[in-house]
Amino acid sequence: MKFFSKFRSGFVRLFLGAAYCMPLGSSIAIAQSPTNIFDPAATPARSIFDLSMLVLAVTLAIFLIVSGLLLYALIRFRHRPEDAQHEPPQIYGSNQIELSWTVIPVLIVVMLFLTTARVILGTQAIPKPKDALNVTVIAHQFWWEYRYPKLGIVTANELHIPVSSSADANPTYLNMSSADVDHSFWVPRLAGKTDVIPNRVNTMWIDPKVPGLYLGQCAQYCGMQHAKMLIRVYVQSPADFAAWVNQQKQPARQDFAADPEAAEGQAVFMHSACINCHAIAGTAATGRFGPDLTHMASRDTLCSGAIENTPQNLRQWIDDPNSLKPGSLMPAMHLNNHDLDAVTAYLTQLR
Amino acid sequence: MMRDADAIAIDETLDPSETPWTLPYRGTVGMACLIVAESAIFIIFVVAYIFYIGKSLTGPTPAQVLELPIFGTVCLLSSSITVHYAVAALRKGKLRACTVWLAGTVLLGSLFLASTAREWYHLIHDEGLTIQTNLFGTTYYSLVGLHATHVVVGLIMLALVLGFSLFGLVREEHAEKLETLSLYWHFVDAVWVVVFTVVYVLGR
Amino acid sequence: MSTTQVVEGIDGTLTAQKGSPPRNVIYEWLTTVDHKKIGIMYIAYALIFLLVAGVEAMVMRIQLAVPNNHFVSPQVFNQLFTMHGTTMVFFVGMPILFGFGNYLVPLMIGARDMAFPRLNAFSFWVSAFAGLMLYFSYVGASGLYAAGSAPDVGWFAYAPLTAKVFSPGHSTDYWTLAVFLSGIGSIGTALNIVTTIICMRCKGMKMYRMPLLVWLYLVMASLVFVTVSPLTAAQVMLTFDRYLGSHFFDTQAGGSAVLWMHFFWIFGHPEVYVLVLPAFAFVNEIIPVFSRKAIFGYPAMVAASVGIGFISLSVWAHHMFTVGLGAAANTFFVFATMVISVPTGIKIFNWLATIWGGKVIFATPMIFCIGFLFQFLVAGLTGIMLAAAPFDWQLGNSYFVVAHFHYVLVGAILFALFAAFYYWYPKITGRMMSETLGKWHFWIFMIGFHLTFDFMHIPGLLGMPRRIYTYEANRGWGEWNLIVSIGAVVQAIGLLIFVYNMVHSYFRGKVAGHDPWDAWTLEWATSSPPPDYNFAILPTVKSRRPLWDLKHPEDPDSDYE
Repeated sequence: MKFFSKFRSGFVRLFLGAAYCMPLGSSIAIAQSPTNIFDPAATPARSIFDLSMLVLAVTLAIFLIVSGLLLYALIRFRHRPEDAQHEPPQIYGSNQIELSWTVIPVLIVVMLFLTTARVILGTQAIPKPKDALNVTVIAHQFWWEYRYPKLGIVTANELHIPVSSSADANPTYLNMSSADVDHSFWVPRLAGKTDVIPNRVNTMWIDPKVPGLYLGQCAQYCGMQHAKMLIRVYVQSPADFAAWVNQQKQPARQDFAADPEAAEGQAVFMHSACINCHAIAGTAATGRFGPDLTHMASRDTLCSGAIENTPQNLRQWIDDPNSLKPGSLMPAMHLNNHDLDAVTAYLTQLR
Repeated sequence: MMRDADAIAIDETLDPSETPWTLPYRGTVGMACLIVAESAIFIIFVVAYIFYIGKSLTGPTPAQVLELPIFGTVCLLSSSITVHYAVAALRKGKLRACTVWLAGTVLLGSLFLASTAREWYHLIHDEGLTIQTNLFGTTYYSLVGLHATHVVVGLIMLALVLGFSLFGLVREEHAEKLETLSLYWHFVDAVWVVVFTVVYVLGR
Repeated sequence: MSTTQVVEGIDGTLTAQKGSPPRNVIYEWLTTVDHKKIGIMYIAYALIFLLVAGVEAMVMRIQLAVPNNHFVSPQVFNQLFTMHGTTMVFFVGMPILFGFGNYLVPLMIGARDMAFPRLNAFSFWVSAFAGLMLYFSYVGASGLYAAGSAPDVGWFAYAPLTAKVFSPGHSTDYWTLAVFLSGIGSIGTALNIVTTIICMRCKGMKMYRMPLLVWLYLVMASLVFVTVSPLTAAQVMLTFDRYLGSHFFDTQAGGSAVLWMHFFWIFGHPEVYVLVLPAFAFVNEIIPVFSRKAIFGYPAMVAASVGIGFISLSVWAHHMFTVGLGAAANTFFVFATMVISVPTGIKIFNWLATIWGGKVIFATPMIFCIGFLFQFLVAGLTGIMLAAAPFDWQLGNSYFVVAHFHYVLVGAILFALFAAFYYWYPKITGRMMSETLGKWHFWIFMIGFHLTFDFMHIPGLLGMPRRIYTYEANRGWGEWNLIVSIGAVVQAIGLLIFVYNMVHSYFRGKVAGHDPWDAWTLEWATSSPPPDYNFAILPTVKSRRPLWDLKHPEDPDSDYE
């Protein structure tokens, strides 16, 4: 028993040592992730990061002290065979000790609470600047609709916003609601998540500091394809953003004199059920149930970030959505091969 | 089965300075627990009712269709008094009086149910308000209906006891059990006070 | 076929009686109202479902081990996580804890049975039926191949995903009805436990002399009344919505999805305290015995337990920090959640102080308690991280939360349950479990547990949300998920060793005698297993540790209380 106790305590020390070293080893690999919450790129994510460092430091200190004491007690006060004759002194309690380990935690709690309250107010309760960019986000099963009311733009799945440097603040405000069930908008490097709920409008804001592509995904289980409801936020320089806006404002390309297959595809599209769900600006298609396709060829991905936007993928998607995203709400269109090729040719022209 | 020859024998003598060992009656404690659980259920329905006041998108509003159910309320609250007297009578061994008070309780409870039924008939057929109509309909029927279901259960139990007592099977030693049942009945009445206040007074 | 056996009467006389053929044994167990048999049935039932839900977890972990995996379809995966959660909470956690409570509470208070034996049996059979109904859903509708109508709405079944329009068919109804019936059973047993504790204590056992296990079961059972009922109410509302056309959670008619969340979490948060309080109960009994010291600070432990019970009712919306309730509401719930760490911390310190100055024996029940202490500490600290609402805006609904709550459910509660098994198995069966196998069980399970649940925090920190059937390769989550999945296999091995230990020890374990651990509470004063009537003569007690007083007449506890 004695030997076993010694062995055990040594093993436990090794074990704990390995546990403490883990963060060191992990941090290198962690930095590679595009959705790392400890790699903030906007103010909301940054203030959360700062708070989290404090909380981690406090909890780590508590862990080291308490687990250290526990480990010490287990080793120092272990049962030794030569001492088995009588029971140890029975201590029933101590008012002073118990008071101190009530008061100290209360003080820690008060400190943590006040720090946390400050961050909550700093994120949720600050007034909106007058010239902020407003984007209406409508979550669907299983895609994201983005509308820019003041700019007259409607798009889907890929959110373009201007960069917001410290010199030239340009925050984007998202007004979010759902068309069906609960969803949640989460782009970890930009901000914490905010739930998107039907019959309710939630707001959040982001001010990314560096241009680039930021990834995220839906964070509230919303049905079969919750896992593939991905988010792509394109943060662009003011010039690039202006160019994108201009392009998106144009109505859809309708002149396909040079491309007969695309012209035929346009005809097939406008005479099929497609127009019941999808909208293409400037045409007879005004459906709002599915994503707006006016400039769909300008997007990098299809199916809410799930697959690359290539003609083959697009063709397969139109032919049988369930083969790429089973449970998505788009029905198989049952077009023959010829029509399928034509519609694909048409849609790939809608930049 | 082995007999433990060295099983520890516990000292049976109580310290003479300590008072006699009496603990509460199981039925009362058990019923109190049930009442707490049922109260929690009712509170949730009341919260839903209050939350949705004024939020219906269509349809009749409480002010348009609800009238104070005075008669039913008086019947139900009086039935609490009659059941109290039934228990008191049984405690004193007055079996016939107990039967009469029980019959009164069952009658008054049934009158309450009848008045609720009449009110619902009027709401459904004349005002077109059903559980599907709007949020008011949803919360009204479910809350009042949940209460009515509890009244039905209570009435069945009381009617059973009334039946037993008519056959002379209820005796003085059953007084504690009848009191347990009466606690449930008082609870049902107390819930009605809350429902009445929330639905017919505050909500209109 | 019959055998003769010796039966002990209530007055100690022995008589020879004709034994029972097997068919009578089954009838006896089916119709029993004895708290000990019902307790054993609850525990056996829960263990079976533990294995089933464990298999569901294994399948999920295989699917998630690598990115873009195709081991199961999205449909099946969504059913798996729903069934795994629902089973573990309602058909493993609740029954196993009620089982131990049923068995131990009457013995520890010197009573012969629970207050309402028939209600006890009824509650068990209703809960048992509910579990079978939930699993019938796998074969309902299209049968096992297409995984039938098993619920796929998540164990918290958020509205309006559960509305008829978004969940046609009966998957939601199986969830609703099974959980509803389980709730009826839970309320019944809780009522029994409270009434038993208040009305059936033996002479001299005032409330302040009850074992801490009994106090904790009193708080837990009282909490059940106000915890399970809101869920029952919400499920009635959901069923009305689905079948009577009402609009409780119908957002198209002005209803509120957030209202379901409030109702569910008003149940859901106190429910986790319902699950953890009995774990504290076991640890409160085992640590003193294996430290050879009385529990440090009994009054503070009682106060902290009652305090935890009350405060737990006020913290529910920390599950809703991301719903947009507003800064004021969020701030309040941050405060309430952080406050609950104070009485919880007090308990940990009191356990530490009990060990301090004692003589710690590292028997299997004790090492599981030690695992509990370290892991519950970590779980509590990750809980504090989640309590800081802005931090929760990142961590909520991610694998960080999954890691946190499994740390509590497995690392704390399951470890405390293992301790309870090894500690009370001798009392229940009359035989000791194997210490060697116990230590193998402990270490293997420990390694698997840490591989899975320590590393599971990392994908959460890297942005991986919950309830996704697969994930992109470019997120950097793949390697961590692989480690997590490997740990699951290791845990399964540990669990199998435990099951083998239990079965093997039943036939070959050393005979235990009435008090193998030299313990101090009343259940150790009767034989192992106890006779049907528990005690030949109901005891009278004068202190918190009646057997300590008898073994140490020169220094009884009653001098110090």
